[in-house]
Amino acid sequence: MTAIPTTPGTEPELGRARKRKEDARLITGSTRWTDNMALPGMLHLAVLRSPIAHARIASIDADEARRMSGVQAVLTGRDLADEQGSLPCAWPITEDMKSPQAPPMAVDEVHFAGEVVAVVAARSAAEARDALDAIDVDYEDLPVVLDMESALADDSPLVHSDLGTNRNATWTFDSAEAGTGGDVEQALADAEVRVERTFRQQRLIPAFMEPRSVVVDPTGEQFTMWSATQVPHILRTMLAMTLGVPEQKIRVIAPDVGGGFGGKLQVTPEEVITFLLARRLGRPVKWTESRSETMVSAHHGRDQVQKLALSARRDGTVTGLKVELLADMGAYLRLVSPGVPILGALMFNSIYKFPAYHFTCTNVFTNKTPTDAYRGAGRPEATFAIERMMDELAAELDMDPLELRRKNWIGRDEFPFTTIAGLTYDSGDYEAATDRALELFGYRQLREEQARRREQGDTVQLGIGVSTFTEMCGLAPSRVLGSLSYGAGGWEHAQIRVLPTGKVEVVTGVSPHGQGHVTAWSQIVAERLGVPFDDVEVLHGDTQSSPRGLDTYGSRSLAVGGVAAVHAADKVIEKAKTIAAHLLECSEDDLEFSGGRFGVRGTDQGTGLADVALAAFAAHDLPEGIEPNLDAEASFDPENFSFPHGTHLCATEVDTETGAVRIRSYVCVDDVGTVVNPLIVEGQVHGGLAQGIAQALYEEAVHDEDGTLTTATFADYLVPSAADLPEFTTDRTETRATSNPLGVKGVGEAGTIASTPAVVNAVVDALRPLGVDDVEMPCSPQRVWRAITGTRTSSDTAAEAGGGLGSMDTGGGFAAGSQGGSR
Amino acid sequence: MPRITVNVDGTTYTDEVQPRTLLVQYLREQLGKVGTVVGCDTSNCGACTVHMDGHSVKSCSVLAVQADGHEITTIEGLARDGQLHPMQQSFHDNHALQCGFCTPGMIMQALDLLAENPEPDEQQVREGLEGNLCRCTGYQNIVRAVRDASERMRPGAGPPMEHSEPTSPPRTATEQDRAQVTGGQHS
Ligand code: FES
Ligand code: FES
Repeated sequence: MTAIPTTPGTEPELGRARKRKEDARLITGSTRWTDNMALPGMLHLAVLRSPIAHARIASIDADEARRMSGVQAVLTGRDLADEQGSLPCAWPITEDMKSPQAPPMAVDEVHFAGEVVAVVAARSAAEARDALDAIDVDYEDLPVVLDMESALADDSPLVHSDLGTNRNATWTFDSAEAGTGGDVEQALADAEVRVERTFRQQRLIPAFMEPRSVVVDPTGEQFTMWSATQVPHILRTMLAMTLGVPEQKIRVIAPDVGGGFGGKLQVTPEEVITFLLARRLGRPVKWTESRSETMVSAHHGRDQVQKLALSARRDGTVTGLKVELLADMGAYLRLVSPGVPILGALMFNSIYKFPAYHFTCTNVFTNKTPTDAYRGAGRPEATFAIERMMDELAAELDMDPLELRRKNWIGRDEFPFTTIAGLTYDSGDYEAATDRALELFGYRQLREEQARRREQGDTVQLGIGVSTFTEMCGLAPSRVLGSLSYGAGGWEHAQIRVLPTGKVEVVTGVSPHGQGHVTAWSQIVAERLGVPFDDVEVLHGDTQSSPRGLDTYGSRSLAVGGVAAVHAADKVIEKAKTIAAHLLECSEDDLEFSGGRFGVRGTDQGTGLADVALAAFAAHDLPEGIEPNLDAEASFDPENFSFPHGTHLCATEVDTETGAVRIRSYVCVDDVGTVVNPLIVEGQVHGGLAQGIAQALYEEAVHDEDGTLTTATFADYLVPSAADLPEFTTDRTETRATSNPLGVKGVGEAGTIASTPAVVNAVVDALRPLGVDDVEMPCSPQRVWRAITGTRTSSDTAAEAGGGLGSMDTGGGFAAGSQGGSR
Repeated sequence: MPRITVNVDGTTYTDEVQPRTLLVQYLREQLGKVGTVVGCDTSNCGACTVHMDGHSVKSCSVLAVQADGHEITTIEGLARDGQLHPMQQSFHDNHALQCGFCTPGMIMQALDLLAENPEPDEQQVREGLEGNLCRCTGYQNIVRAVRDASERMRPGAGPPMEHSEPTSPPRTATEQDRAQVTGGQHS
């Protein structure tokens, strides 16, 4: 890689803890949330949702609603049937995958509670909501399908009768077939030690803080849509393809967006419906959801049953891993629903040298809210399962869980390493991250205390949980996405415009919603071009100003989008160099670029980038054939994924009388490659940890036996508050990614992926002397207490499909009642 | 329709409102004070937190008519003469926000917390912010920011946090807040 120019005597921009440019507006309330928009003549949309999980719509009577004050239109699925199309799924994972029609608004049948059945457009939001109450829908109940395993039985009722099955697809990877390794069945048969477990990944709700909102203005030459989305570019293309509207007639803007976590990686029914209403009525239309609507209708995440078998030798060497998953799609396939488990398929082997591996996932339809990406998407599931298994194997062998991991992980001198799943890990140093984490954690002292407490029979037991994780991110090499049947590429785009005054605009195709890209991209480009940080403006999230991009998800923005900006900057320098040589009357070869200046080698002659930009703008004296600007753009398609890793250690105190879990300390050392801004990286880790810990201890979307979501508010779905979380100790080690010139790996999902198993391992570790070998998530006091008292064995947990804090088992295997916690 | 007179961020408004209109709807839809946001419909998230007569309230659980005759301060009324309030500055300096959606409510609640307890320890900050959810930050930097602000807002350390009377002499934030808590000095 070429040396990064820096201005002598100034602190380099890369690696600098710049405070964020984004903050100025956000801390003063000068914000542009979609719901803030108000346009002349704007109508408000309210959405009527099915309260029933599976039913035929016998009739809808909206006459009274139509006569109410301020109501402009009431429309049902029947009214829009000819124009609404079917919501897109961009990831047909197998050729024979079953895809149901997914109308934005239900026409004849509803398939989950929360599905749209009618909409009202009215002068005010209040009038629109009032009119909903006057709409009378007659439902004829159909049998509901809720449990994945019984959904696959031959005699199960069907979610979509026309598909003839509740099975969406089965996707398999086998190392013997792929030629990457041995035969798992053989390994299991020959095993000296075998560990088999079934884990349940509960259903989660992304719970971004800003509810979704859409405004569509049909009054210009283009339809303009503002949406609280992570994916304005994908949304534009998909709207065009879904509705048959010419793509050039659609402009999508993602203004300030209040968090996403995968939850806003979607083309939603409401976006399509708002678009159609605005087109039909010829006036701007706004839809903003209530939180209760978010909970039932925005896509959920996780929801898998994971059956694992691991074989090993008595000395701890692992010999094989077999993974069989059931993944709940919910009622429909959304944008990438079927592919989410597949993102984990290549990660179950993690950092360990398994010689044989088999993965099968069967995706299943149920009458629940559709699932799709949620922070980590497939990789937290994989990491949880393998890290739990490693702890179980360690217990089985009576080995220290870290010693077992050391024995099996890829050594620092073994990179690049091609895994059993066929991925090539370019770099890493698991030893360094682990050693640092052990030191910060005080591992030995905590183990000693644990032994003491065990010996004394303390009611509060200490548990230590380990998670040595890796993830694949920087989504993604387009050719790999192609081989996985994904419907698009994984490149990213950037443009740099050097203005006549020497100031710089960076246009990026990624679409931030809290990550701080404006600050980080300013640093990257300032460093590369040698211009002041404050002279760089970053433009994003508008298909008009940023015409090309694939948006933000999968920890891709920096590792793909940031690198595109680097390449664009390098092109700017190349263009400027030609003009500079002309101005200085020297050969380009005599010029060196440093700190924003072209200097003639061996002389004190030179010219600054700003002067060259002005000369290009004036265009009075340019070399032959040179265009009058320094602007450049670049697309970057990564050769490989990037593989952040780290070691997370958690100490929990578990009260064996009440089942209460307290995190006493949490230490993580992450290797995310080169760091552009340590402040932002640390913030991403903190937020990720919070969400991973929340899965381990607090959150679960619970449905009752009718398929009604009983955790449909923040009073019932326990997003942790400040009082529920500990102080984290974070640190970093650094090995550069070799797949991009910045050496960056991505950090958005690391904390979430790594932390869940660290916490659950710690809970189980505290209770292991009591005979406990699993606690189902979330590890609520009641679940922990039941595990201690042996009310239920862990292997039964898979079939049970619900139950949060305070839930009760019912005969049907479903939890009734809502979570007991409240604020 | 009931008629109300409310002072919001130093400006007096007289308006007719529907009896059912929530304070947050009045702020956002009638006054254009869109800096204050709505994150839930069950009074759990705290995103809508503003001050009414110097005390934090969740503006989604107050009716506009209940604000009649009262003084409301929102996130938009904190900065003075282009100077950030010390709490805003602390949030910036400590990277206590990512998407920023919870931030207005978080800052308003944090001010209330410091008014009650000017030098909270970490646990007290966490408990004081329990009614405000943030999905992005994991709270660690928010806790840091609030404790940092408590340092900056020590008597004599910074500008006044809110003032209802432009003519009133400068007071320190904590003094002012103590006054508000005890109900003094506000019209
Ligand atoms: S909007 Fe959630 S508490 Fe007010
Ligand atoms: S910063 Fe996004 S919710 Fe708090």
